[in-house]
Formats: sequence, structure tokens, C-alpha cells
Amino acid sequence: MSAMWNTLGIWIQVFLTLAVFSFLYKDNPFYKFAEHLFVGVATGYWVVLQIRNVLLPNLFEPLFLHFADPFLLIPLFLGLVLFTRLIDRYSYLSRWGMAAVVGIFAGLAIFGFGGGDLIIQIRSNIMPFLDKVALQAFDSHPGFITFLNVLSNPIFILGTISVLFYFFFSKEHTGALGIVSKVGIYLLMISFGASYGNTVMARISLFIDRAQFGIQNWKPTVIIGVLMIIAFVILAIRGKDDSSTPSVSEM
Amino acid sequence: MAVPNQQDNQTLMQKIETMDRRIIFLAIAITIILPLIFPLGLPINVSPQVKDFYSAIENIPDGSVVLFPNDYDPASKAELYPMTVAIINQLFGPGKNGEDRNLKVIGLGLFPAGPPLLEKAFKDVAQDKYGAKYGVDFVNLGYKEGREIVMASMGESIPKTFPTDFFGTSIDSLPIMKGIQNYGDIAIIVNVSAGYPGTKEWVQQVVSVFDISMVAGVTGVSAPEYYPYYSAGQLQGMLEGLKGAAEYETIIGHKGIATSGMDAQSLGHFVIVFFILAGNVLFLINKRHDTNAKGGQR
Repeated sequence: MSAMWNTLGIWIQVFLTLAVFSFLYKDNPFYKFAEHLFVGVATGYWVVLQIRNVLLPNLFEPLFLHFADPFLLIPLFLGLVLFTRLIDRYSYLSRWGMAAVVGIFAGLAIFGFGGGDLIIQIRSNIMPFLDKVALQAFDSHPGFITFLNVLSNPIFILGTISVLFYFFFSKEHTGALGIVSKVGIYLLMISFGASYGNTVMARISLFIDRAQFGIQNWKPTVIIGVLMIIAFVILAIRGKDDSSTPSVSEM
Repeated sequence: MAVPNQQDNQTLMQKIETMDRRIIFLAIAITIILPLIFPLGLPINVSPQVKDFYSAIENIPDGSVVLFPNDYDPASKAELYPMTVAIINQLFGPGKNGEDRNLKVIGLGLFPAGPPLLEKAFKDVAQDKYGAKYGVDFVNLGYKEGREIVMASMGESIPKTFPTDFFGTSIDSLPIMKGIQNYGDIAIIVNVSAGYPGTKEWVQQVVSVFDISMVAGVTGVSAPEYYPYYSAGQLQGMLEGLKGAAEYETIIGHKGIATSGMDAQSLGHFVIVFFILAGNVLFLINKRHDTNAKGGQR
């Protein structure tokens, strides 16, 4: 019985994977079905999870089953008043709950950013212009890599300064300031390129995962894929397929 | 007389520039699928941040408690699940001298759909491969809403924040949780993160406040955001996307799903670089052609 459910699960996974990828061909009923199913399942799962993993163990059970912590009535009240937005007459009460949420998150974010980002990041940028260890390594083993290691600190320091100068808008970017801010914008472009490269890597990884899954389960992939192609042909013949062919220039 | 349409007047270069984009999708799909069927075995070089990730876990004392938040869901499974599996292999595998390290691993997730993935990895690797026992050697505390509030609350009391585990069992009844109160009892945080809430929030809310060691495995998209934390020493080591997972599999000696995808990844990058270069060359050629054509009309 378990094997049968497992097989059925694989067939459903294959169908939904191909249905989502079919959007690369064009918008179609298979894609729409998968999209709506995903939204519905995700919403249902999220609601059940919140009740089972959060509301029951952290609020209702300690409050009403074990009578452990009467202070839990406060978050219960603030949570319930959020729903007064549905009643015009009492909707102002929802601001109390919202104020608590915004206040707590803003407080944690400011505290976290100050301690975790601002101070430590500034401190980590305070470094010697030339690293003694890198210089010694270059002295004992002269080579391209050891030379790059020597350049690491100067690039870091000058790069940080030039990028900061690029965001200095109180003076026109001409003369020396223009040159420094030009270096800053080039460094920013390099960092954007690195981010784009990482994004490409991540997207390809997603496809690799699905391709590996399709190869491992090649029989259902081929059968469902062929059936989908037949369905596309039938839709095209019946004239229901009226979306235009996309070109590279539309990307 | 037939009127020639605009398509007929296009040069070959213009036709290529405006070709159906699905040809590019097909080319990339073929380039990725072929090496998955016929592997090339391209070499994998282990980068310093991956070596540091490995060393940070290797250097914690035997018998330590490891906090293992897996903050991702199926949307990032392709990149991050191989990391989870590889990390569990290092945590439960033998130490440098072949000894049993007896580490206690507390898993959790701040993404709603994350804990079932962690549960599968625990069962397949910790339980079935290394014989680790649930509730004794490892536990899955499951998901909790609250994001940064959960992290801050765990600093006060982990049992109060997570009164029950993923299965609804009271954590007071689990031997692994005996004597564990807060971050003071944790040796290292090993975070696998897909975004918010994740590595950034753990660093901001926990590492900088409670002075605790942390390593992180993150998605390729978000990795550039976390390099400053690594270079500042707030992260002891870092795995970056599927590439990082493959390097980590290499260093721990358990070649798995990440390694098997690296040939496809490399060839996929090669094809995309080719298309970017070709697109720019075509753009310049066609721009020159258009300029010349306009000059001729004058």
C-alpha cells in the first residue's frame, strides 16, 4: 500500500513539475492548474501549521489547559483585536495589536542592525594598508596568488572609500572626486555582476534538481510529457491557443 | 505584386537577434540534462570559506550541543537540501581519528515548510545511516512563527519557546533536552538559510548578542550579502549554493547529489556566458548596420 502511494506521489510530482515548466512554452491550462493548486495547498498548510505548532502549544494549552501563565492573555487580546478591522465601528482597536507588532519588530531590527551590522562591520574595515603576513608570504613564495593576497587590503580599503564617495551627493562629481567616484561605480558594477552570476547559478541549480528528478523517474516523465505535447497540439488545432510566440527581444 | 513583409527585409544577424527565446531555453535544457546522463567528472576545488565551515564543526568539543536551524522550504531545496544532508553526515560521522563524537543536534526551522525536509534528512542519514536515536542524539523542534522574536526568545529559554517538538511531543520528555536552557548551552549554530528569516537575523540577533560561533550554508542568490559577515568573523565559515554544497561534500568525503550536478552547473554557466557575449556582439553588429543604412538613405 505504501509503495502504491509512493508511486502515485512520484507521478503527481512529475505532472506538476512538467506543468510548471510548460510555461516556458507559453501560458496554458496545465500551468494555471499547478499555480492555483500551489496557492491553495500552501495556504491550507500554513493555517494548519500555525494552529498546530504555534497557537496550541504556545498559547491555548498553557493558558486554558494548564492555567500556567495568565500574562498570555495579553498577546491573546492583541491578536484578537487585529480582527476588528473587519468591523468598521471597532476597527480602531486593531491599531493596538498592529502597534505591538511594529514596535517589537522595529526595536529588534534597530538593536540587531546596530550591534550586528553597523559597529562590527565598521570595526572589520579598520585594517593595516599592507598585511604583514601577506607580505612575508610573498617574500618567501613570490607568485601570482601571494601577490594578489598583498593587494587584498589596499583594494578593500580604497574600494570601500571610493564606493562611499560615489554616494556623496553634496558636491558635483568632477575633478578628483569624479575620478574616485568613477572607481566606486566600477566596483559597484563588479559587485552587481557577481550578484547576477550567483543568481544564474541558483536558477540553474533549481533546474538541475528537477532534471535529476526527471531522469531518475524517466518513465512517468516521458509518458506525461508526451501526453502534454498531444494536448498542446489538440489545443492548437482547435484554435484555443491564441497566445503569441515570444521572442528574445521580449525577454 | 506581393508586398515583402518586415521579416523578409531583416538581415541574418537581425533574425538571430529577434529569434524565438524558446530556442535559448531548449539549448540550456539540453546542455544541463546531457552531463547529468553522461557525467564528465570535472574537478571541484574547495574554497577557503568551505574549509573554514568544515573546520569550525570539526573543532567543537566531543559531546557538544549543536543548534541546526534549517530556514528554507521546497523552493530552495535544490541548493540547500544537499547541504543539510552533508552537514548531518559530518555531525554524526566519525571524528578525525575515527572516534564517535557524540554530538547532540537540535534542529528547527523558521520557514513553515522547512521542518519536514529536515525530518527526512535526519531519518535518511542520522537514523538509517549512523544509527542515531531521535530524542537522544537529535531532535526536530519544528517550525515556530515569530522570526527574530523566536531567536531572541530562545536566548531566554529554548524549552519555553519550543514547548513541543515537530511531532507535538513535550520536549521535557526528550533526554536530549535535559539541561538545555538557552544559547549558553550551545557550542555552535549551523544555519542553512534561504533568506528572511535566516542567516542575517541569526547573526544580528544571536551571534552579536550572545557571542556564539556560527557557520552558514546559503543560496547562491543571497551569498554576496553574507560575505561581509564571513570576512568580519561573524560567520566562521560559509557554503554558497550548490557549488558550496559540492565542495563541502568533497571535503567530508561523501559525494552526493550536489557533486553529481556540478558538471551540469559548469556547462550551464558556459552556455549562458556564450549567449550573453553573442547577444552583445549581435547588438553591436546590428547597431552598426542600422547606422550605415540610415546614412545611406540620407
